[in-house]
Amino acid sequence: MNKTATAKKPVFHVQDMNLWYGNNQALKNVNLEIPKNEVTAVIGPSGCGKSTFIKTLNLMIKRIPSVKLSGELHFNGQNILRDKVDLVNLRKQIGMIFQKGNPFPQSIYDNVAYGPRIHGMKKKKQLDEAVETSLKQVALWDEVKDRLNSSALGLSGGQQQRLCIARAIATKPSVVLMDEPTSALDPVSTLRIEQLISELKNQYTIVIVTHNMQQAARISDQTAFFLHGEIIEASDTDSLFSVPSDRRTEDYISGRFG
Amino acid sequence: MVAREQFQVELTALRGQIISLAHETEKMLEKAMEALYNQDIELANEIIAYDEQLDEKELKINEDAILMIARQQPVATDLRRLIIALRISSDLERMGDNAKNIAKAAIHLGENHGLTIHPALNDMKQTALKMVDLSVKAFEYEDITLARKLAELDDLVDNMYGEVVREMLEETATNPQKIQHIMQMAFSARYIERFADHTTNIGESILYLVKGETLDLNK
Repeated sequence: MNKTATAKKPVFHVQDMNLWYGNNQALKNVNLEIPKNEVTAVIGPSGCGKSTFIKTLNLMIKRIPSVKLSGELHFNGQNILRDKVDLVNLRKQIGMIFQKGNPFPQSIYDNVAYGPRIHGMKKKKQLDEAVETSLKQVALWDEVKDRLNSSALGLSGGQQQRLCIARAIATKPSVVLMDEPTSALDPVSTLRIEQLISELKNQYTIVIVTHNMQQAARISDQTAFFLHGEIIEASDTDSLFSVPSDRRTEDYISGRFG
Repeated sequence: MVAREQFQVELTALRGQIISLAHETEKMLEKAMEALYNQDIELANEIIAYDEQLDEKELKINEDAILMIARQQPVATDLRRLIIALRISSDLERMGDNAKNIAKAAIHLGENHGLTIHPALNDMKQTALKMVDLSVKAFEYEDITLARKLAELDDLVDNMYGEVVREMLEETATNPQKIQHIMQMAFSARYIERFADHTTNIGESILYLVKGETLDLNK
């Protein structure tokens, strides 16, 4: 059932992955390849395991004590479920964006410089450059360049979310995970983020969890549909939204449940 | 389980409008042929006038389908349901036009033209009506087996058409004074043949709905 249209080399290769919260199984036998420099959308009704899945990709899920995992999760060829991995280094490579922009209560500059600093960047010139490049990539530079030292909390919701994306990409990750990044934003801010995602995929591999099916259809190359912890169907987005192969996918994307 | 009840209600209503439009084209062809065989000019005029109502109904289906696309943003099969509603209503409107053209031919022929309308035209009409019936059922039940049968019946109509035109051409050689009348008869045969072609287009739309791909039944 899990077919993926992946001509490109996969960044993640998930094989027979299972996850339990205590006795409750949240992911069942998940198989998926996530191709490089593409947008993979993860859709499904609440409680289907899509957020759990995305948090597994950077092992954030392991912070929950009751979690048990089995199967294989290869990131750039390394099985990160089995092998011992340096979590700080892993998360430098895999950035994450959450539902609501969560800037630190610091200046705009310090928010973006945070990642590079903890990874050892000290020189002001280098930091200035990293901040400017990241803010330009998220199209926020022109709006904030004159108030880089103002609090990030003074930005609008859409700007805060773009700032968080800038913060995530400032450490030059290869993957950006996004967990419903626009669900708290107005339609215009949402479209700006979507536009940004389309631009960023040239440099980053993006995995986005979204409740907005039109959004998945608009911006992703590949879509995986989760239901009750299983991937029901994963294929290229054009096929999934025009001729889904599973009745449950059709019912979900047509709004008949969920 | 079932969300979007309003959308479902609207889709069902739209389907009803299309089925009723199909039955009207059926009636129009039947009556147009009646006018042709019986030299009934009054009936022919009624058909021509009625075609305007058919056009309005097609327009209404289009407007409803476009509004549903705008409001409901359907995907997959639901989207194809609305796309084929647009296509099928356009085919039905053209079928109405073909029936209207037969009525016009009846008017051109006039009364007491002394010509026997070729019985094969009636056979063609019977098959064409059977095709409408089949296409309505295929549409109503989204049944691709029925849709595919339309191709076979269309071949039958095409063959009858070829035969009847050949016979008429021969007749123009022996009775050149009747050429104007025979032409009208040949045109009418062509209108029935076109009418039948549109029902196969409906069949193609149903295949597209169910399979999500475009297939040609007119080959």
